[in-house]
Amino acid sequence: MTDLLTIEGLTKAYPGVRANDDVSFTVGEGEVHALLGENGAGKSTLVKIIYGLVKPDSGRMTLRGAPYEPTEPRSARAAGVAMVFQHFSLFEALNVAENVALGMEDPPPQRQLAARIRAVSENYGLPLDPSRMVGDLSAGERQRVEIIRCLLQDPKLLIMDEPTSVLTPQEVEILFETLRKLSEEGTAILYISHKLEEIRALCDNATILRLGKVVDSCDPREKSAAELAEMMVGTVLHNPNRQPAEPGEIVLDVSGLSVKPSTPFGKTLKNLHFTVRAGEVLGIGGVAGNGQDELLAALSGEVLADANAIRLNGQPIGQLGPNARRRLAMLSAPEERMGHAAAPDMSLTENALLTGAIRENLVNRGVVKWPAARAFAKRIIEGFDVRTPGPDNMARALSGGNLQKFVIGREVLQRPDILVVNQPTWGVDASAAAAIRQALLDLASAGAAVIVISQDLDELMEVSDRFAALNEGRLSEARPTRALSLEEIGLMMGGAHGMEVAHVAG
Amino acid sequence: MDLSAIDPQILVASLMVASTPILLAALGELVVERSGVLNLGVEGMMITGAICGFAIAVETGSPALGFLAAMAGSALLSLVFGVLTQIFLSNQVATGLALTLFGLGLSALLGQGYVGIKPPPTTDLNFGPLRDIPVLGPILFQHDAVVYLSLILVAGVWAVLKFTRAGLVLRAVGENHDAAHALGYKVVRIRLLAIMFGGALAGLGGAYLSLVRVPQWTEGMTAGAGWIALAIVVFASWKAPRILLGAYLFGGVTVLQLNLQAAGVAIPVEYLSMSPYLITILVLVIISSDRSRVALNAPASLGRTFHASS
Repeated sequence: MTDLLTIEGLTKAYPGVRANDDVSFTVGEGEVHALLGENGAGKSTLVKIIYGLVKPDSGRMTLRGAPYEPTEPRSARAAGVAMVFQHFSLFEALNVAENVALGMEDPPPQRQLAARIRAVSENYGLPLDPSRMVGDLSAGERQRVEIIRCLLQDPKLLIMDEPTSVLTPQEVEILFETLRKLSEEGTAILYISHKLEEIRALCDNATILRLGKVVDSCDPREKSAAELAEMMVGTVLHNPNRQPAEPGEIVLDVSGLSVKPSTPFGKTLKNLHFTVRAGEVLGIGGVAGNGQDELLAALSGEVLADANAIRLNGQPIGQLGPNARRRLAMLSAPEERMGHAAAPDMSLTENALLTGAIRENLVNRGVVKWPAARAFAKRIIEGFDVRTPGPDNMARALSGGNLQKFVIGREVLQRPDILVVNQPTWGVDASAAAAIRQALLDLASAGAAVIVISQDLDELMEVSDRFAALNEGRLSEARPTRALSLEEIGLMMGGAHGMEVAHVAG
Repeated sequence: MDLSAIDPQILVASLMVASTPILLAALGELVVERSGVLNLGVEGMMITGAICGFAIAVETGSPALGFLAAMAGSALLSLVFGVLTQIFLSNQVATGLALTLFGLGLSALLGQGYVGIKPPPTTDLNFGPLRDIPVLGPILFQHDAVVYLSLILVAGVWAVLKFTRAGLVLRAVGENHDAAHALGYKVVRIRLLAIMFGGALAGLGGAYLSLVRVPQWTEGMTAGAGWIALAIVVFASWKAPRILLGAYLFGGVTVLQLNLQAAGVAIPVEYLSMSPYLITILVLVIISSDRSRVALNAPASLGRTFHASS
């Protein structure tokens, strides 16, 4: 295999952190190369350098033997490097063809472009209608838009940043077929992920990053997932465990819950039915954008529903707002940490007060009891190992994992009868994620009901007793997690979203 | 009261003249907002344009030079807003409000020597025999060049936004600036250009007030036209052809209430004077009643500060 891209001694420092420290590795022509590491290991910075979005402080790159120093994405694209982003590179209010045109140097007129999009999408088994609005597409279809945008420029190197985080298992299979075909045609792929099984299934080589440094490289097919995880994290990870407990009385009974979306591209919840018992964890899976946010809003009380659609211990609460539900010991933690679960520019004490005021009795006739609020924040920080100088720090100053531990800890410490969390470990490093999952399991063991909404299937398999999937605003029947295979779960999540399984033209 | 004194022909013709300043300012603001920037300084840029245009037209004797100076002056003022908000990342709402206050003060200062002077007249375009067509002639073919220019600009902005790559990039920047940046588009540069375009059109609209519509210079003569222009952009749900509709609706009610006053309708003058504003508010409420539709049309990055974090 001849070398396509060589990276030598690449270093990039930001104030207070060396995002990349003397990174070197090589990608061959047609090779599928994995870049493996935890969040904050420097993977994203590295690919942004390769794509010309970030300038390195020092180091050299060569592409096919020639020096390669892209100053902007345009020159990277001209050199044959294309990138599929993890998020934020599509425009929801524009149609597919317009989105594709924006990623090209000089696009042909819309009608020709639409024809080319159809041709390429069929050739690679990624059916797509050029005239549809991107805001109406599923996550898997959106990713196709990004991939086709890249393929139309005949790239030599395709960078994929966490491409499967939003796909169903079936959609992942389709994607892998496409990537293997591309690799056979000589396109190299730089594949970034922290999902070990995928990397073992797809990649020829892996470079492992930790804290900005290359710590190892290997052939992932020769290693077990556990060995890869150890290389990535640097220590042996403990899987969360729990004491098995008999499920108790039904705590939450949702029947016939229907909610209209509050945002233009939101999903309508259609006639949801489920129950959760005390001491039980219900996992709700599904690809992003199938109604998760709406479900959390309906359960937290941000959006009101029919009074009888949601019953807590037999009492109708559909018409109660968030504070009234908190009084009844039903708590929740939404997905978005900054701005939804926590106010970024307020201190941790203030943030603790915002949801804890009622249950922790932190307000006396409208006057805040600051010492008590501060003590509560301190308890969260100590109990959940939140790394921060103190409760007077701004929420914004915390890293994602630490803030998430704070947000979950804040609700857990309020002794809920039922806790609803959405994406509890999204963008959180592995050790923090394990701590959060353990906290949720402990809560259930202590007799609370827990609902975990997540897109991370591994997480749901690990923590939940029963599993249900959201698809297009509908909820499947909840089934015991232990009896489910990965394929069954994929089908519950809507398979490949109603599209024919791709036949890659040969 | 004598309603027969109102001549519908003259009413429509004067409606077009009365609407032109708001039409121009709203069209400029439309482009600014489609790029994702909320510039609340339209009023200040209009009045700055009004005095710049008036002063240069009086000094040189040429209204055309006056209009050009108005565009240049307001574009320069809008650039102050652009640099503050796009480069120094100041808050768009506060900076826009400050721009209005600054423009009102600046124009009063510049205009001290020009109160009570008559500007050189702006002549109508000569369409020859077309002028004399009954009904259509006075309505369509007896106006000055700026009225026609404003109509051409509406069509132009619509076509550029819909059919050209430049328009697509502008919309993309307003829709999702992080994505546009990731694809390598110069978000700040594109927004600065859009802001200056909006400033130039607001200035042109202001100068049309002081040179044609009124025509003379008085302090604070825009009297809220800039705010109406901002409302019309929302009314039009960020679509150029509807700007025309909104501006002519507002201009129409304005002209009609003047005519009703002249005809001596037995309603207190104050009610008639406030009617265009009341109707604008009413229409805005009706149009905004479907919240998700409005959110769908609004540029998703509108008013959000862009900072290239990578």
